[in-house]
Amino acid sequence: MINLIYLPIVLPLLASVIAALLTKNTNITRLFSQITSVVFLIFVGGLAFYIFQNGTIVGQAGGWAAPYGISIVGDPLAILLVLTTNIIGTAAIFYAPKVLEEKQERFYFYALYFLLIAGVSGAFMTGDLFNLFVFFEVLLMASYGLIVLGNGKAQLRESFKYVLFNLFSSMLFIVSVAYIYAITGTVNLAHLAERIETVEQQGILTAVGMILFFVFAVKAAVFPLYYWLPNSYVVPNPVVSALFGALLTKVGIYSIIRVYTLIFVHETAITHSIFIWLAMFTMLFGVIGALSTHNVKLIVTYNIIPAVGFMLMGIGLYTPEAIAGSVYYLMHDMVIKGALFFLIGALVIAAGTKDLRQMSGVIQKYPLLGWIFFIASLILAGVPPFSGFIGKILLLEGGLRQEEFLLVIVALLSSLLILLSMMRIFVYGFWGELMDGLSNETKRIRQLTIPGVVLVGLAIFLGIGAELVYPQIESISNMLYERTDYISSVLKE
Amino acid sequence: MEIILTVLASILFSTGIYNLLQKQLLRIIVGTVLISHGAHLFLLTMSQVKRGAPPLLVDDVSSYTDPLPQALILTAIVISFGVTSFLLVLAYRTYTLNKTDNMEEMRGSDYD
Repeated sequence: MINLIYLPIVLPLLASVIAALLTKNTNITRLFSQITSVVFLIFVGGLAFYIFQNGTIVGQAGGWAAPYGISIVGDPLAILLVLTTNIIGTAAIFYAPKVLEEKQERFYFYALYFLLIAGVSGAFMTGDLFNLFVFFEVLLMASYGLIVLGNGKAQLRESFKYVLFNLFSSMLFIVSVAYIYAITGTVNLAHLAERIETVEQQGILTAVGMILFFVFAVKAAVFPLYYWLPNSYVVPNPVVSALFGALLTKVGIYSIIRVYTLIFVHETAITHSIFIWLAMFTMLFGVIGALSTHNVKLIVTYNIIPAVGFMLMGIGLYTPEAIAGSVYYLMHDMVIKGALFFLIGALVIAAGTKDLRQMSGVIQKYPLLGWIFFIASLILAGVPPFSGFIGKILLLEGGLRQEEFLLVIVALLSSLLILLSMMRIFVYGFWGELMDGLSNETKRIRQLTIPGVVLVGLAIFLGIGAELVYPQIESISNMLYERTDYISSVLKE
Repeated sequence: MEIILTVLASILFSTGIYNLLQKQLLRIIVGTVLISHGAHLFLLTMSQVKRGAPPLLVDDVSSYTDPLPQALILTAIVISFGVTSFLLVLAYRTYTLNKTDNMEEMRGSDYD
């Protein structure tokens, strides 16, 4: 049973190689990718069910016990996020053939896609700080390939900046690993969590913790380090944007959650209160960005940033319910960002333009797309009874308990502005007179809407079925807060 | 020895960052290469440059070299090698399509 824990990483890597070899015949690659991602999804679902029933599974690579070898940790949080990743990935695989050009599919889209999934799953499941760096690089390498797919002028221009930012933060990651190794003599997360208490000079640890936070904040697009994100997520193909928007920044946020609930918890008065301020600014500036533009895809892209602020808010508050709120919001945000990018991709293809001022009346011809987009906007803004609401109410409750009133006000205000920014798309783009030059490919647009519908359905379930989902999330957040479960299951003393 | 290496790493970092802030694509790539060398050297330094026996399971060896940082550096070098070669190809393609290697002229607008 223990060896199954490697499969969510190993299988996509194998599939990536096979997809790269099959690339001559697009139809076969497409079919292969669809079948394998459905199989992975079922497998990861089964694994997640098993872990939720029986507790954490830890794999020690090569049979080397914990502090010496590399641990792969399938704790409930990690496997939940791997499951969500696979759900979005499968939706994206069925969306891809309709939006990608033949040439783009042939140029290793599927191979890079599986590599991305392997990297993301690995980053979620690794129990080793340096290994986290390696999986970051795996997923970044795949994303570099995906972002230039199509070879457009703007794509190359923006991807150069994207690669530079990520490369620089990766180098800082190595530096912070070096510092941590010098201070504690280990890079295993659980072992670090144990040793950190015995370190004499806690001040150095806090400084190193902030360097590490800088690294993850660049990847997660936290204020003031988010400026690389909007342009580089707008330029690629819609399906690539959806994968990026749903998965990449979330890996950064997950790393912050993991590191700042497991390792750097000795000086919460300094570190976690900085997070609260950063969360506030992230929410505000992200949503201002979303209101500043008429490019529909850019509006959705900017909406990634306030969501990061919400998740950071839960870590900053550092109470069990606030962490539960962050985890709930993380899962919800992956699903809904995927759905929104799918729907916006369909909208841009239907209207033939990204400029909101040139669109109107799309709903008259494509009612399903319009209404699903409307529901997705409500879910994103956190209107009850949908999933965004559950995450937000946990976070706000946590904020009120800690008497962070300014934070709560900013969070509520930015939710309102998120709703406003999304409703602008709905009112100007979908309502009004039927525009000229609306696409006639009704069948294609319907096929493009369906993956979005599935994900929106899942998000509705996460909201209405909160009674079923919330107990699991609560136990995850208690585990994160208590720390002992993770440490003892990795080190097995 | 460690102090010399730390100073060397910091020189690599500062020259790297200086190059990273230039406008020309190739200089920026040289900057990233220098920074990654600095980071690798720093990783080696931080675990102390010890002399002694190889890290093998033999009796009566009291001082031995720490193998972990070397394994980490090897991995990091391979990764930065791959990323750098990708970045060079990317810079070349960007130059041929955008007809410029000046970052100032690669700002772009919201709608393209």
